[in-house]
Amino acid sequence: MSLVNLIAQGVLLGGYYALIACGLSLMFGVMRIVNLAHGDLAVLAAFLVLTISTTFDVSPFLALVVTVLIMAAVGWALQRFILERSLRSGLLVPLLATFGLSIALENMLFEAFGADTRSLGDLIGDLVFDSVEVTSAFSLSYLAMLIFGLAVALLGALSLFLKRTSLGRAIRATAEDPDTAELVGINARAVYGVAAAISVATVAVAGAMLAMRATFDPYSGPMQLIFAFEAIVIGGIGSLWGTLVGGVVLGLAQSVGATLNPKWFLLAGHLTFFAVLAGRLARDWGRARGGLRAALGF
Amino acid sequence: MTSEAVAILEGAGLSKSFGALTVLDNVDFTLRSDEAVGIVGPNGAGKTTLLTVLSGGLRSTGGVVRFRGADVTAVGAAERSRLGLVKTHQVPRPFSGMTAFENVYVAATAAGGLNGRGAHAACVEALELCNMLHVANRRAETLGLLDRKRLELARALATSPSVVLLDEIGGGLTDEETVQLVETIREMRRRGMAIVWIEHIVHVLLQVVERLVCMVSGRVIADGDPKAVMADPVVVEAYLGSGAT
Repeated sequence: MSLVNLIAQGVLLGGYYALIACGLSLMFGVMRIVNLAHGDLAVLAAFLVLTISTTFDVSPFLALVVTVLIMAAVGWALQRFILERSLRSGLLVPLLATFGLSIALENMLFEAFGADTRSLGDLIGDLVFDSVEVTSAFSLSYLAMLIFGLAVALLGALSLFLKRTSLGRAIRATAEDPDTAELVGINARAVYGVAAAISVATVAVAGAMLAMRATFDPYSGPMQLIFAFEAIVIGGIGSLWGTLVGGVVLGLAQSVGATLNPKWFLLAGHLTFFAVLAGRLARDWGRARGGLRAALGF
Repeated sequence: MTSEAVAILEGAGLSKSFGALTVLDNVDFTLRSDEAVGIVGPNGAGKTTLLTVLSGGLRSTGGVVRFRGADVTAVGAAERSRLGLVKTHQVPRPFSGMTAFENVYVAATAAGGLNGRGAHAACVEALELCNMLHVANRRAETLGLLDRKRLELARALATSPSVVLLDEIGGGLTDEETVQLVETIREMRRRGMAIVWIEHIVHVLLQVVERLVCMVSGRVIADGDPKAVMADPVVVEAYLGSGAT
């Protein structure tokens, strides 16, 4: 496999990770909640797309549009009925609440759909394997390019929305300081609801793409959560474009790992995540020690 | 002060406790629509708590808040600021990731209900009034204390308020900086805003307010003409300790 091909596949894979990570990043950035049910919501969306598409015999892409709307409502309800209440009790309770939600979702999906592995690959025709051949040893999958394009478009749209619209500014203000946001007339509760709706709507897109490019079952969620989490941490928490960089770094690490040894696909990603995290901790520790030295005068 | 001016903001029998600690103890407070009132008192007297209860940031344990005659006791801070009642923080809390302009713009759109050119014009006016136009495009986190204080004011002004509650807006500033601030607040008065101002620097306060309230231990111990309040033996004792009179 040529180096260019390796890099291209890694970058395109990173697009999917950025896609699944952006909702997690948004929810953490605005509400300071690490949503442990994030991956399971993606799987829920995948099952929704599958069900709508097969029941009504429509394209999965059309089913995805409906699913995005449903998942936005789910996100809003999640905030209003679960997260809002748990947020009043400190930082640990929302974490436990979303952990509980994750387990409940997995078991409900298992109850409803059984343990079979599914895919939307069968429903999207040639798109699942079509690719553009650049050279004999280097081709780019249309689906992977579509997913990467979707990630860039979604991150760009979110970024513009947050920067340029009144609602976006209200979300940024509330994310920084909800009490002060209230003082200038922003209804923080409504803003949180909107942010959760957007976050879970983006998860729906990621879930559908997961289901198109790979297989899924009711218990696929936690692994997606880990990928999303790793992409966010590598890219720097709270930065939307950083999420894309983080996703790409993770994708590249996995591609390189898999090239060296097929078993190292996941391991290389996890090690990269760990190295970035350890590097940050070492830097912070160095700063803290420097500060201590300065304070003590030597 | 005209005799037909009505009470625009009222607190009746306001109490606030945090557990066993009573911070406000049956406080009555009235502000007329053409008035500027100063609040003084030693640390821990309940001044900030009173302003926070009036602005809706805290719910009182007892008592009623009325704004323009309507009971707003159960109304949150966001809705109160949309109604025209706004408060600034004692320690400035800008949205630090945004520019000064964006900080003000958020207030103009959310509370002022403005958009597009109207919001833009209101922001320029608020920033100009606070002498901040030259730093409008700087990120708030890069601003010094004076500009942060001004930004608190500008952000409050952009909500198109009729009542502004100022919590130690002059604290930590030099004399020269305070002079500018006083001029801005006077201009706000000229534009018809009613003002409640907590300040430790009494001589600054007296340049603007026509009524002074003194609070001690969660109660109002004096209320009236500023000079009379400052000369009141009870106030002097509260400030300087027993034996001073």
